[in-house]
Amino acid sequence: MTVSATGASETVSKTRFSELTKMPDARGHFGPYGGRFVSETLSFALEELEQTYLSLRDDPDFQAEFDRDLAHFVGRPSPLYHAQRWSQALGGAQIWLKREDLNHTGAHKVNNTIGQALLAKKTGKPRVIAETGAGQHGVATATVAARLGLECDVYMGAADVERQKLNVYRMRLLGARVIPVESGTRTLKDAMNEALRDWVTNVDNTFYIIGTVAGPHPYPQLVRDFNAVVGREARRQSLEQIGRLPDALVACVGGGSNAIGLFYPFVEDDDVAMYGVEAGGDGIETGRHAAPLSSNAPRGVLHGNRTYLMSDEAGQVSDTHSISAGLDYPGVGPEHALWKDVGRVNYVAANDQDVLVAFRELTHMEGIMPALETAHALAYAKVLAPTMRADQHIVINLSGRGDKDIMTVAKIDGIEF
Amino acid sequence: MNRIDQRFSELKQQGRKALIPYITAGDPAPQYTVGFMHALVEAGADIIELGVPFSDPMADGPVIQKACERALKQGTRLVDLLDMVAEFRQTDTTTPVVLMGYLNPIERIGYETFADKAASVGVDGVLTVDMPPEEADVFGPLLKARDLAAIFLVAPTTSHARAATICAHGEGYLYYVSLKGVTGAATLNADDVAEHLAPLRGMTDLPLCVGFGIRDGATAAEVAKVADGVIVGSALVNRIAESADAPDTIADQLKHVLGDMRKAMDA
Repeated sequence: MTVSATGASETVSKTRFSELTKMPDARGHFGPYGGRFVSETLSFALEELEQTYLSLRDDPDFQAEFDRDLAHFVGRPSPLYHAQRWSQALGGAQIWLKREDLNHTGAHKVNNTIGQALLAKKTGKPRVIAETGAGQHGVATATVAARLGLECDVYMGAADVERQKLNVYRMRLLGARVIPVESGTRTLKDAMNEALRDWVTNVDNTFYIIGTVAGPHPYPQLVRDFNAVVGREARRQSLEQIGRLPDALVACVGGGSNAIGLFYPFVEDDDVAMYGVEAGGDGIETGRHAAPLSSNAPRGVLHGNRTYLMSDEAGQVSDTHSISAGLDYPGVGPEHALWKDVGRVNYVAANDQDVLVAFRELTHMEGIMPALETAHALAYAKVLAPTMRADQHIVINLSGRGDKDIMTVAKIDGIEF
Repeated sequence: MNRIDQRFSELKQQGRKALIPYITAGDPAPQYTVGFMHALVEAGADIIELGVPFSDPMADGPVIQKACERALKQGTRLVDLLDMVAEFRQTDTTTPVVLMGYLNPIERIGYETFADKAASVGVDGVLTVDMPPEEADVFGPLLKARDLAAIFLVAPTTSHARAATICAHGEGYLYYVSLKGVTGAATLNADDVAEHLAPLRGMTDLPLCVGFGIRDGATAAEVAKVADGVIVGSALVNRIAESADAPDTIADQLKHVLGDMRKAMDA
């Protein structure tokens, strides 16, 4: 398919995928995906947010403040670590881990919440809300809210409140209110519904900090931009430490924020292959998964954007299943949908079982305990690395640390605390 | 002439305001919906908004969320709604019917197939909550070509510039959302509504109908003074919820609630 770009295409395409860097268009579309499908009450707030963002994006003072916070509050740059022992065990490509787990709050999510909190501060709204699945985005939001003295309410599916107790308590310690959502499937999508309902009611004084590259325009764009620091660093570090760009990038995809963050700065590098790993749950063939791209789900509209969306023949959104609360979502960011269609990224899935094996393997062999979300990327790397030569290199976004998942894994091992 | 335009022109001649009830189709079960529609007409409904149940009704409060859940549990699909409208039209050829819901069920059927089917069974308008005019550039013209009205929302937060765009694209009537918030949230303030409707009068000849926050005859009458139509949803759906296990009593209750509003508005 052809990709329509914003404005005149006066620039000569540098590479096969140069057009992709011009996304989204002025109305927030990524080809046929994205957009702003919201009820009218929110249109004004989204226009306001778009204007605020566009005016600050290229403002050197705003960028300097963002960079300063990332350096001194988050602890960036995060290291690019050569997992030599694991690479050797897999017997193929060299594996490098982009250590987002070492960020303050333990995941890539904080890059975005820092950015959006700065926007919230500029708009002068005293209250922020967020949706969360695994709780990482909720913790990252509660953290920046505490720092800026903003009131903070976090919506979380009741099922996720149960399976991520540690993060729930962390959010409460940080001064946030965690509101369990009992409607629907009691997971991330329902938390997002409820956050949207809150926002529509309190739009005058509330800034909605969306945690992934989905939602109505401009969220997919700004969440991508705030997370792209991951890929910019990884690109520079690859050149320094490997001496060239890597051969492949691997990241897990739920909504897709950590994957976009790593991939985006490499989009024009045709020789860098990219793999987005979705939640295969019990297996794509069982229907019990959360993998709209790799299962080739129909296109649909949910939470303000058009994308691949798991839904039944009547257009009702499907129940999803994943061992990881953070990937348990029926849709995916619209930019990923486009990247699938144009063939820039290969989207694959990893099953719960393989994810647990990868979780344990990295913990044992490298002393790094990954989040279960992240372990999806590792599970696919286990498949990919042995098909490559020892002088080839894979960079994996180690998007979050696994402390929050200890209870889940212990339960599987039959251990109760 | 589209039945909606026809109805508003009759009302104008009579000096009356439109009373527009909303119910979620398939609640508490699909076999009751057509009966409820006829009951609403008997009680004085001028137009019926028939809700398309959706798994993720983001703009709705708990009352309509639960109605969607009940309807979906009974397997109600958009294609079933179209059959309901066809059945309703066998005995009522004049009351306009507007389908109201979210975009995804329509996307799944396909815009063109849906528009064809809706027009053929006697639907008169379509209100898709999560599709503002900017995103309706494909769907809007398909509706228009079949004389189906594309109805849009205007909110208290809508800017002057956006309101002008919405007025330019809207057909049938404008649905003014009286409150920031979800359906069934609070009670509206009629003075505030009047203040917001005034500038819209300068932009369009479309009838201005007001929904969200209308609970009884008193609020309906108050809104009818400043608007061309009054839309009532949660107050009716509440009755359905309360009597979901005695569905045969619901039609009379709906008549009672809507009848009170009709009386108060016409007084």
